[in-house]
Amino acid sequence: MAIGNKTRDNLWTLITAPTIWGVHFLLCYGSVAYGCAPNENIFQTIGGFRIFVGGLTVVALAGIGFVFMRALGEWRRNGGRIPHEEDSAEVRERFLEFSTVLLAGLSFIAVIYTALPAAMMVDCR
Amino acid sequence: MLAGAVVIWVAVIGLSVFATKIRPGAYGEKAGLRLIVWGGCVFPVVVLTALLVWGLQMMPVLRAEANGPTIAVSAERFWWRVAYDVDGEPGVAKSLPEGGVPSANEIWLPAGLRSEFLIGSPDVIHSLWIPSIAGKMDAIPGRVNRLVVEPTKPGVYNGVCAEFCGDAHAQMALRVVVVSPEEYEAYVARQSQPASVGADDEGFRRFTENGCDACHTVRGTAATGKVGPDLTHLASRRTIAAGTLPMSPENLATFVGFTHRVKPGVQMPSYGMLSEDEIAAIAGWLETLK
Repeated sequence: MAIGNKTRDNLWTLITAPTIWGVHFLLCYGSVAYGCAPNENIFQTIGGFRIFVGGLTVVALAGIGFVFMRALGEWRRNGGRIPHEEDSAEVRERFLEFSTVLLAGLSFIAVIYTALPAAMMVDCR
Repeated sequence: MLAGAVVIWVAVIGLSVFATKIRPGAYGEKAGLRLIVWGGCVFPVVVLTALLVWGLQMMPVLRAEANGPTIAVSAERFWWRVAYDVDGEPGVAKSLPEGGVPSANEIWLPAGLRSEFLIGSPDVIHSLWIPSIAGKMDAIPGRVNRLVVEPTKPGVYNGVCAEFCGDAHAQMALRVVVVSPEEYEAYVARQSQPASVGADDEGFRRFTENGCDACHTVRGTAATGKVGPDLTHLASRRTIAAGTLPMSPENLATFVGFTHRVKPGVQMPSYGMLSEDEIAAIAGWLETLK
């Protein structure tokens, strides 16, 4: 897999953004659940975990943003235009780039939604 | 919430009417793309984000600490074991706390206070649902779920089991009586008293002779069974058989004599083999347990 304008897209580059979303989701919920277990004091604050979730969210959004910009840049530079219906390696590449852009957009919003509870909740309730 | 749903519904139906009746025909690729991006992506994201923020803001309030009584509710096939003023430990618990003032199938709550239900089950998963007062909360064997409710308007409300639990699931109901805090205190004080039963009472004699005391408690007597509902103040409740029949001597007799016709699947056997006089004596005595 080359860098820059010559990345060869495949299924792995396609699922990078959703994978970041999945890992972010797991770490967010897992860390706060660990901090609040066994939930004996529901008013216990989760300040440290909120900062952790915030930092994790910034990293996740940066990663997804990179995937989004790279795929979008390559798709545009190479004359990307939907639909991608032809049976050739070139069109397959454009199709994967465009799908990566869509999935990265979805993952970006999903990561924000996952982090919103931590932004708004201050304790284990 | 309803207003928002109506606006979105009108917009969707309006668009569909516009696209099929007012201006039917093909649209350009650009117009289609614009509709997908704005109508299918931007609009839902904005609406859902607003709803999520609004919903998240409400969550801590819904789980605020109780300032009223703690009431243990054990959902059992097919009735509700209730204990008032229990000492509930904070945090995760595997079983409901012991003690408290026992009752069954009718829950009294003080209006204007946040009462906490501790909800458990010894057998299968049930769900306590009092639609006018709170959302559903599952009763799960091996753990205690908490539900804080704040009834504001005095009255009698209906509750049901909202998770299929077996034959008589549909007859596993309860009444919830919301009263002033003073009336609530007086009610619990009355429920904590033992029954006044004369040792030579004909109905009580039949009750014990036929083994009813093996499963039912009537405090103040030798009847201390724990399998079925506490009957100490049975006749003070509005219904029998967990909301199945209104409380009356006739219905009590019907339930004792034809238990499984009234409520199929309950553990209590039918006592149809008893004579009508015996059943009438037991029902008449139960009716005195105010």
